[in-house]
Amino acid sequence: MIRVLATGPQVTVQDLHGRPGRADLGVGVSGAADRRALALANRLVGNDVDAAGLEVTFGGFAASFPTTAVVALTGAPSPVTIDGRATDPHRPVVVPAGSQVRLGTPPTGLRTYVAVRGGIAVDPVLGSRSTDVVSGLGPAVVAEGDELPIGPRPAAAVPWIDLAAPPRSDGVLRVVLGPRDDWFTDPGVLLRSTWTVTEDANRVGFRLDGPELARAEGFADAELPSEGVIRGSIQVPPSGRPTVFLADHPVTGGYPVIGVVVDADTDVAGQLRPGEAVRFRRA
Amino acid sequence: MRTVRPCGDTGLLVELDSLDDVLALHATLAADPPSGTVDLVPAARTVLVRVASAADLPGVAADVRSREAGEVADRSGSGTVEIAVTYDGEDLDDVAEHTGLSRDDVVAAHTDQLWTVAFAGFTPGFGYLVGSDERLHVPRRASSRTRVPAGAVGLAGEFSGVYPRESPGGWQLIGRTDHVLWDLDRDPPAVLLPGTRIRFCVA
Repeated sequence: MIRVLATGPQVTVQDLHGRPGRADLGVGVSGAADRRALALANRLVGNDVDAAGLEVTFGGFAASFPTTAVVALTGAPSPVTIDGRATDPHRPVVVPAGSQVRLGTPPTGLRTYVAVRGGIAVDPVLGSRSTDVVSGLGPAVVAEGDELPIGPRPAAAVPWIDLAAPPRSDGVLRVVLGPRDDWFTDPGVLLRSTWTVTEDANRVGFRLDGPELARAEGFADAELPSEGVIRGSIQVPPSGRPTVFLADHPVTGGYPVIGVVVDADTDVAGQLRPGEAVRFRRA
Repeated sequence: MRTVRPCGDTGLLVELDSLDDVLALHATLAADPPSGTVDLVPAARTVLVRVASAADLPGVAADVRSREAGEVADRSGSGTVEIAVTYDGEDLDDVAEHTGLSRDDVVAAHTDQLWTVAFAGFTPGFGYLVGSDERLHVPRRASSRTRVPAGAVGLAGEFSGVYPRESPGGWQLIGRTDHVLWDLDRDPPAVLLPGTRIRFCVA
């Protein structure tokens, strides 16, 4: 068990796979916003890659560990201390019984993943331990005072590793235009412009500031019947300001999707923070 | 017409002419999913097919193009659910203005017709309800609300719907209900399953 002392802006329990296959019931996939970071954190502590870990948004998480544990932190490189002593993230770290782990504010990126050997063993809901902040499925958002159970020690050993290189990002997301690029005068504006991530950002997605994506003639006042959307969809409401959907996007949306970020790059998108510049290029 | 549009590197959006065509294609795909399919999302005029990996897409596209439409399951035995609504929604005046009806006429049109769940989606427990009275077809709001309360009853396009929990939303809100539409302690958790008939009444 670990005891949560502080959460910062938001901490949720997430696993890798979420809840696929239930979209026709209105149940979205959810899961880690940066899946490759969670998978790496799990591998660093010898967990199955799909074990549940903690997704810490913009640092500020602190917890006490009544029993000895092995943890790894990946994703946004928040400074980490164990009982006040700095330690390197991106490698397996032994947390002695009775000590406290604290995360500072990450200098880059947005979401830090904390894997604990054995995984966070909250009860799964519809096959996943992920919190979906839109549908409310899965465990509640982690709060100060929560006691989070740890699962049994996995069979695999903790790997012998000095430091796993954090992935680099150049702030460019690959995109496939469509399905509704024909609704816009010039969908190329999406590819040629530099966009800024706004404060309107959470696990559902983030809104972008930039030039207006004007509707093509004949589509100016058109209504799109609601249609299915996937992670990475860039939806453009009549205001012309696009929203990029992340892990907890609604299953269907009612505004045209000008393009969709390729699946692998949605993990990169999950690390973009408000104020950061982002560009798109054709996949 | 069946148009297959790209949806990233792990999805295809199949566009069809009518809701009936959607339900027929969804029926055949659901009964025998193309290899690699992870999720099928039927909607008003489209079926979204999401696959596990980009390598599955060409095969799935070919399969979807060649499919014969399936038989839509007869769900007339799904029963009728009565939902009591307090008709005081924030957009009731806008809906009245758009339809040319009075507020009372909007309420009467909503309660006098039998609605059927065409498909589910958006969020758990949300059903897209189709009726028979076209006077209530209204566009979605120009800007969506970031917070629509649980139980809000809305209209958009040819559909009516009830928000099962607080969520963002762009539908025109005409009322609210206390009816619980999603409860994980029930099996199935959703009330508004495809084929279920709904009768709204004034609370």
